[in-house]
Amino acid sequence: MKLTLKVWRQKSKDHKGNFENHQIEASEHMSFLEMMDVLNERLIEKKADPIAFAHDCREGICGTCNMVINGKPHGPMKGTTVCQLHMREFNDGDVIVIEPWRAAAFPIIKDLVVDRSSFDRIIQAGGYISVNTGQAQDANSIPIEKDVAAQAMDAATCIGCGACVAACPNASAMLFTSAKVNHLALLPQGQVESSKRVRSMVKQMDEEGFGACSNTGACEVECPKEISIENIAAMNRMYIAAVVGQQDQV
Amino acid sequence: MSLTGLFLITFLPVHLLGNFLLLAGDGGEAFNVYAKFMTGNPLIKFISIGLYAFIVIHAIQGVIVWRVNKAKKGSRYAVQAKNTNWAASNMGILGTIILVFILIHMYQFWLKMKLGWIPPVTIDGVEMSNLYATVSGIYSNLFFVIFYVVSMVVIGLHLSHGFQSAFQTLGLNHKKYTPLIKALGTGYSILIPLGFAVIPVWMYLAQL
Ligand code: SF4
Ligand code: FES
Repeated sequence: MKLTLKVWRQKSKDHKGNFENHQIEASEHMSFLEMMDVLNERLIEKKADPIAFAHDCREGICGTCNMVINGKPHGPMKGTTVCQLHMREFNDGDVIVIEPWRAAAFPIIKDLVVDRSSFDRIIQAGGYISVNTGQAQDANSIPIEKDVAAQAMDAATCIGCGACVAACPNASAMLFTSAKVNHLALLPQGQVESSKRVRSMVKQMDEEGFGACSNTGACEVECPKEISIENIAAMNRMYIAAVVGQQDQV
Repeated sequence: MSLTGLFLITFLPVHLLGNFLLLAGDGGEAFNVYAKFMTGNPLIKFISIGLYAFIVIHAIQGVIVWRVNKAKKGSRYAVQAKNTNWAASNMGILGTIILVFILIHMYQFWLKMKLGWIPPVTIDGVEMSNLYATVSGIYSNLFFVIFYVVSMVVIGLHLSHGFQSAFQTLGLNHKKYTPLIKALGTGYSILIPLGFAVIPVWMYLAQL
């Protein structure tokens, strides 16, 4: 299949970016990233600068392969990361526009690669349990209701890719933060610190320069792990209660 | 946004109920009496000052959120896929139109009433402003009828997102009740503006 790619090129955060057009012959069995690999090989052969794009696991679990394809973070397929997207989703002759995540809190490093360390700092602010776990204990020593365990698991599937921020017209990180807050708060080990955790993580999120949630719901539409915005409501509830009942500073 | 929004939501049905007196078919008697009561009663005065304050706060909050969020998004995509409904991502535009509407609306009725520009009428021996005549005068003009109806569509769209969004922001979600709130929000954002829109249309047709 013959495709025209319009790819965003930008030397660094401080350079102005622009679209660059490329023609490519791709097989429908290729993954999207393999197609990008082929394009880069061509560019290297021509002694041109290859397109910088991030990737790691290529199996949909690390959240590194971030690009906006035809206006959709992670491309047209629902519940899928770019590395799991295949060229059979496109048609011969298509024009594909590829852009980086756009959000002030995710500055562009080069081309399609953005700096998502703001997410790491949100996690560092409280996305953990501060107890020494020691040896793994028997799985059934703390009974947890099936529904609750499932809810916690659903929230825990967030891979921290940032597609929610990329999709959000406000560049809000509420879906990511709420997924992290909830998966810990739902389980007994995480409940203990939940009030402090939600306050510190929200504070960090605001400091990183993410926008305010206006409940457009774009995040849950584009999330490759289909995290629900119910998590955002649950975090809001927890946050309001935590701030009202606040006893210590974060 | 959510708290001020919810307050404004509760105001609409009250306003609508009063307005239905316009359709009472009694030449405006009931409506004029009601209008006199509303302008004279101290409790109503207190509530309406609160109402104006909430409108202003809600609008200021909206402008702040809009500006801050725009800056935090930074740049825009060359291609923007559709992943939200139109009202949800255009609340600022809808809100601005509503604000302009409120100003024109208040000038047309409220300000004229306050300044005593409305001709008097005597009902049961009591002299009062004939607000009914002013309203029906404005609603004999097709341009204003269309203006009011279009404004109600805009309010409906604003409510369609705002109603359920307020609950989401306050964290009031629940497996059982959230679908109910959403249905209620949809019903509300259709029925209330529809109720308001019926009045100018009705009064226009009645005068043809
Ligand atoms: S919530 Fe979804 S879109 Fe956001 S970071 Fe997690 S997996 Fe990615
Ligand atoms: S490369 Fe790891 S999720 Fe795509």
